[in-house]
Amino acid sequence: MATIAQPTHAAHAGASAEQTGIWSWITTVDHKRIGTLYLWTALFFFLVGGLEAVLIRTQLMRPNMGFVSADTYNQLFTMHGTTMVFLAVMPLSAAFFNYLIPLQIGARDVAFPRLNAFSYWVYLFGGIFITLPILFKVAPDGGWFGYAPLTSNQFAPGPNIDFWVIGLQILGVSSLAAAFNFITTIINMRAPGMSLMRMPMFTWMSFVVQFLLILAFPPITVALFFLLMDRFFGTNFYAIAAGADPLLWQHLFWVFGHPEVYILILPAFGLVSEVLPTFSKKPLFGYNVMVYSGIMIGFLGFGVWAHHMFAVGMGPVADSIFSLMTMLIAIPTGVKIFNWIATMWSGEVRFTVPMKFAIALIAMFTIGGISGVMHSSPPADLQQTDTYFIVAHFHYVLFGGSIMGIFAGIYFYYPKMTGRFMHDGLGNLHFWLNFIGMNLTFFPMHFSGLYGMPRRIYQYDAGQGWDLFNMMSTYGTYLLVVATAVFVWNFIRSRSNGAVAPNDPWGAATLEWSIPSPPPEYNFAQIPEVTSRSPLWDLKDPERTAGIEHSHADAMTITDAHAVPMHEETERHTAKELGIPMPFPTAKPLFTAFGMCTMFSGLLFLRNDMFAVAMTVTLTGAAMLIGGLYAWFTAPLE
Amino acid sequence: MSHDSKHAAHAHPSGATYLKVAAILTIITVIEVWAYYIPALVASPLFNPSLIIMSALKFAIVVLFYMHLRYDHKLFKALFTGPLIIAMGTIMALLFLFGKVAL
Amino acid sequence: MASHAHAATAGHADGHDAHEHHHYTTTGLDHRKIAIWAFIGSECMLFASLISTYLIYKGKSLVGPFPHTEYVNEAGKVFKPILDIPVTSASTFVLLMSSLAMVLALQAVQLKGTPLPTGAGLWKRLERSSQFWLGMTALLGATFLGFQAYEFTSFVHEGLTIKTNLFGSTFFTLTGFHGAHVTVGVLWLMTLLWIDRTRGLGPKDELIVDICALYWHFVDVVWIAIFTLIYLIQ
Repeated sequence: MATIAQPTHAAHAGASAEQTGIWSWITTVDHKRIGTLYLWTALFFFLVGGLEAVLIRTQLMRPNMGFVSADTYNQLFTMHGTTMVFLAVMPLSAAFFNYLIPLQIGARDVAFPRLNAFSYWVYLFGGIFITLPILFKVAPDGGWFGYAPLTSNQFAPGPNIDFWVIGLQILGVSSLAAAFNFITTIINMRAPGMSLMRMPMFTWMSFVVQFLLILAFPPITVALFFLLMDRFFGTNFYAIAAGADPLLWQHLFWVFGHPEVYILILPAFGLVSEVLPTFSKKPLFGYNVMVYSGIMIGFLGFGVWAHHMFAVGMGPVADSIFSLMTMLIAIPTGVKIFNWIATMWSGEVRFTVPMKFAIALIAMFTIGGISGVMHSSPPADLQQTDTYFIVAHFHYVLFGGSIMGIFAGIYFYYPKMTGRFMHDGLGNLHFWLNFIGMNLTFFPMHFSGLYGMPRRIYQYDAGQGWDLFNMMSTYGTYLLVVATAVFVWNFIRSRSNGAVAPNDPWGAATLEWSIPSPPPEYNFAQIPEVTSRSPLWDLKDPERTAGIEHSHADAMTITDAHAVPMHEETERHTAKELGIPMPFPTAKPLFTAFGMCTMFSGLLFLRNDMFAVAMTVTLTGAAMLIGGLYAWFTAPLE
Repeated sequence: MSHDSKHAAHAHPSGATYLKVAAILTIITVIEVWAYYIPALVASPLFNPSLIIMSALKFAIVVLFYMHLRYDHKLFKALFTGPLIIAMGTIMALLFLFGKVAL
Repeated sequence: MASHAHAATAGHADGHDAHEHHHYTTTGLDHRKIAIWAFIGSECMLFASLISTYLIYKGKSLVGPFPHTEYVNEAGKVFKPILDIPVTSASTFVLLMSSLAMVLALQAVQLKGTPLPTGAGLWKRLERSSQFWLGMTALLGATFLGFQAYEFTSFVHEGLTIKTNLFGSTFFTLTGFHGAHVTVGVLWLMTLLWIDRTRGLGPKDELIVDICALYWHFVDVVWIAIFTLIYLIQ
């Protein structure tokens, strides 16, 4: 393929005309840009979810506060959970899947670039759909777990739950589509020599998560479909009067819900597994065991769901089995903790901001993990269930684990994504405010919980021993607001003001650091041949990796004779100059996603017996969906 | 993975094998339906297990021969059997939890 | 510099990528086939959830009609066991045969262009007709849907709707989900047939027929499970 000559280097140093402006973002199929879109959108929803938490904590600051009404409070805690799980933490992980997986495995894009764009747009529309109602005080109010029959028409006659059911159904499509895409990408787009057991740990953990997604989302899809049928078409799935079992929803929900917990935490585990070796100047301790532990956690994750339901009385046999399985899953998790510590042990540890967040994850997640093992025992759980002790537990896991890991990832990869460092002083300030704020918020909840404070109450009387702890939690939350403000300021201003970052600002080991920051659209001008787990260390510092046994390529890898030896790429060209075919930008995925969301939203009108309107909206959406798919499939990719 | 085994992956069975498989599937289906109409068999405690076994056999035959899993890349076997095991385990666990099967 | 992707094409010209741009893949397999198998894995969980719910609610309906037993309501009206085994056995057989037609359609596409041995009989020649087998698969699939439409309407006439009882809700939802999958499959097959008629499908298109075939057979094996668990076991 002929190289098209470009007269000046300056012309391709900057982005060309077709790469800027709103339209370029709307039509992008570049995994890095989609990752960036995910990151910004998810951070926005993280702020929304955080704001909801502030309102909740303000209401609970003192006994019998009247800051918000009981009804609003229900909407706030429902949307706080729903937003943080589905609109913030999962998409923040998705931002890293998108941005990093192709870079870490030495690929130029994901397997299905347009499907990737579709996933993002479905997420965005679904997120807007489920978030907007709170502005009109008709937000979902049945908890993020939406227990039926409490969410059936009889007990929740308003449109609130409709938004939740339809919104989650939409978001499920996004997650599933993305998961099929990443499974294919990781299996089939690894650079020559990048065997499964040479993949960076983040890619490995993401790989496990994609399987959790494709297996955990169908049960919730089915459970939501039943609820949707009950609410709109009068079926009996959750109708106790017709003989339905009140536990059906709980089981189906937690069959999804427990793997979902690992969907939220494993990407963060992957991120810190990149950060810790880099700043310890040592390879990850026990790589193989880390991989097997991740797979083990994913697999066992499907056999522990009923520990969320000990209080319903499943009988001694079921309680014992689920209790044992839950205790068992602490083993691979504990293995990871010890391996991270062993990675740092006797390493040349540099306490940078991402490293601090990574270490904080180890410490905070351990606390959350230990309280988790406490309620794996049914008798203990019966004391703790539905109290603030549980709230403390899962916030140590999700804030202390997932969010700390994601912050570590953001500070670590920001130079790769933008070409600039985030400000170190502000980063440190953010870390300490965040760390103190988090512990001030959630540690006292252990006590208020053990003193018997139930979850989800909007007011409480004084003199039950809860006042001080609630006051502490609320002030902790305000500290987190300050911390997050510092982060947001740093995140935004560093894009233009941060110190310029080279290819490999941290001295890391994996492929993504061998290319310019930010990476050019094609990622790798030449696909490198990978010969070990730490190719960049082999290249730059062979002595350090000399003592490490280099694993052999596994049977799933064939060698491409045209791959080149590992090297650093410093020049920046356009794909056109290099003759690398790139996918065409297209708005078809957006159009298709919009059609699908329109189709789903037509159901809303059934609530007011507006059958004709519902049919019109649904059929219009379906026509857009089918037309969009047709246009999509018949248009060439590149 | 070498090129040889990749080509071996394309060595699908012939039309005659497909016809034989169809005949076996038909015979099993006929036996299943026939058994349904014999009250003595239906009353037997072995009725449900044997029906499930026959059904599983048909399931396996279609997957192995018509979906070529017997001849195809081992990756596809893993992609199918992993989820299938989790799905079967979930069904069994749910039936146990709702008192439909005893341990 | 030379395009990596093109160089890779030259290195991996193993028969079915000569006509178009083909990317290097780690396993040598096509992306789409990996994705469809992952999708099928996910579908296992979808149908597992639906089947579990059906079985959990089996025998829990407070009012009839019931699947295998008679029901007399307060007014003394008698509802016969509602499942029609002869009709469903016929539709099960139709769906099984559609799988045979599908696998022969794939074979016909793979064999296109290979010369027929001299003196080949009618069957050998029919084996080469991808249009015949694709059309036959779609037709058998549509016949199955016809049986299902007949079954659903006759159930409604006999007094069982999706709202009647737990059996109605779970039965119609489970078999409806399956029927929706068959419908998508029939549309997919008709699209392939249309492509075959307009530009002809040959060995180079093996993959697009293969992924449709995998989907179709999976829908068939789901029915094999449903037929036994819902219709035959009492």
